Amino acid sequence: MSREGNALEYLGEERWRLPPRGAMRVPVELFASRELVEALDAKVLEQACNVATLPGIVKASHIMPDAHWGYGFPIGGVAAFDPEEGGVVSAGGVGFDISCGVRTLLTGLRRDQVEAQRERLADSLAANIPAGLGSTGLIRLDDRQMRAMLAGGARWAVKQGYGREEDLSRVEEEGCMAGADPDEVSERALDRQRREMGTLGSGNHYLEVQEVAELFDAETAHHWGLRQEEVVVSIHCGSRGLGHQIGTEFLRRMVVEAPRHGIQLPDRELACAPIESSLGKAYLGAMRAGINCALANRQILTQLTREVFHRLFPDLELPLLYDVSHNTCKEEWHRVGGERKRLFVHRKGATRAFGPGHPELPEALRATGQPVLIGGSMGTASYILCGTSASEKLAFSSACHGAGRAMSRRAASRRWRGGEVVAELGARGILVRSPSLRGVAEEAPGAYKDVSAVVESAHRAGLAKRVAKLVPLICIKG
Amino acid sequence: MAEAEPRWEHFSHQADIGVRGFGATPAQAFETAAMALTAVITDPRLVVPRQVVEVECEAPDLELLLVDWLNALIYEMSIRRLLFGRFRVTLQGKRLQGRAYGEPVDPKRHRPAVEVKGATFTELKVERRDGLWMAQCVVDV
Repeated sequence: MSREGNALEYLGEERWRLPPRGAMRVPVELFASRELVEALDAKVLEQACNVATLPGIVKASHIMPDAHWGYGFPIGGVAAFDPEEGGVVSAGGVGFDISCGVRTLLTGLRRDQVEAQRERLADSLAANIPAGLGSTGLIRLDDRQMRAMLAGGARWAVKQGYGREEDLSRVEEEGCMAGADPDEVSERALDRQRREMGTLGSGNHYLEVQEVAELFDAETAHHWGLRQEEVVVSIHCGSRGLGHQIGTEFLRRMVVEAPRHGIQLPDRELACAPIESSLGKAYLGAMRAGINCALANRQILTQLTREVFHRLFPDLELPLLYDVSHNTCKEEWHRVGGERKRLFVHRKGATRAFGPGHPELPEALRATGQPVLIGGSMGTASYILCGTSASEKLAFSSACHGAGRAMSRRAASRRWRGGEVVAELGARGILVRSPSLRGVAEEAPGAYKDVSAVVESAHRAGLAKRVAKLVPLICIKG
Repeated sequence: MAEAEPRWEHFSHQADIGVRGFGATPAQAFETAAMALTAVITDPRLVVPRQVVEVECEAPDLELLLVDWLNALIYEMSIRRLLFGRFRVTLQGKRLQGRAYGEPVDPKRHRPAVEVKGATFTELKVERRDGLWMAQCVVDV
């Protein structure tokens, strides 16, 4: 274990603290079991310490149980900044895939109903959901439509006929991120998006047909319409080329302009700008447009998914359970030291987890708290958790986002062969459809941490509580 | 044979992957780093140089220029749906002029493993080591 690791104090209930030292303005707070802490890459703590040095950071630099080494910010990091205290916004703290996230649809079908049609369903999804490099969406947007999409998000998509009005109450921000400024999105970013609306992407992005294998909280599950042995569909993807280009351009601008703002960067990747600076505001406007792009993209993919299911199972509604993003910076109100503050909360590989009664939740979810959708790696379980009231105090209402990588892509592709991974998963009853076998090897289940251990830690720490476990039946990989 | 071959390699990063190129000059190291970028996606030997794309970048230092060069290639690959298998770079002070030779992505033949979202500032280095130039950074996939 690293020098930093040795200095970690255990606070009880899966909470750890690293007191501030050197240029750190606040402590690092880590949520994980002893086993996960021992397996943690020393680089994660180093990165969280670097985040703790940034101007205007409030309370602590947080690490979620699934944390792994990122660039600048750790993946699985949460940090809030106060604009009144010179707080910053960081392009690296959001990441390249702005508003990458997960949405889950309920089918109401029993597992055996899907089993009977599984091959056909897998082939039809693979044929109709554009996935992988070089795939193109069916939708082409001209400049005017693109701007409307960037301002309107999933709300725009529903107006264009992708999905239904009632879907919107089941998307964070009710489907439309306020404060988006399409004028801050460059021509190059628009160019990269022209052929990518309604595409899944590649890497760890997927569409899975999953069975509800286990319920931990029957009452909440019932409230949300989750029933054991029934089938759901989860879609994991983000803002595609547009978000990547926004991230690329603002990261560079923030690196170059940091000295002008008097910001000392321990790592260039931490590049940031004061929230109140013109660059900070420009980034927020562009990043929010990126969020809308991701919300619109997942909304279009929802429609494509529904169309595939309708061919095999006419009259299915496939209502949306929820849509959550895990690469964002959001302006939120939080209570800190007895005072209500307006903060800019960065969640890089972390999910928002509002508890019961939160005013930003739609009526239908206010009694329970929000669904927190945790994507597993291909072939392992995914989980649905529920936001708690305690999470607000612990980590600005945040929880983990997935399993987190345990092994690099390079190591994974040397260790496994894609064909063998597909065959092994097939033997376990999981159909994988992917344009790339090397891509499958790089995403092999063994390259990830144990998602169940990550979720257990989040549950025990009180970040979010477990509601249901999902296991895959079909996996469409990009 | 080994000396005539462009020399590049990948290095590990927990979530993503590092690209590293070597050369007798910074320009050559930029060319081989670009080969390493293509190799993240597919085997560069599978890419036939049927067409050429020209890019120009300018940056305050060589390291930023490397990031700009790789990001320019990522942009061109993305909007033109191309893969590149051969590169020519000339450097004049802070300016780079590059040519990338390639062809449209053919999913069946190239079997692209992953798309690259962007070149990052992580592990970013352009330096001379034992008489050889090295150019490297982590790319987000």
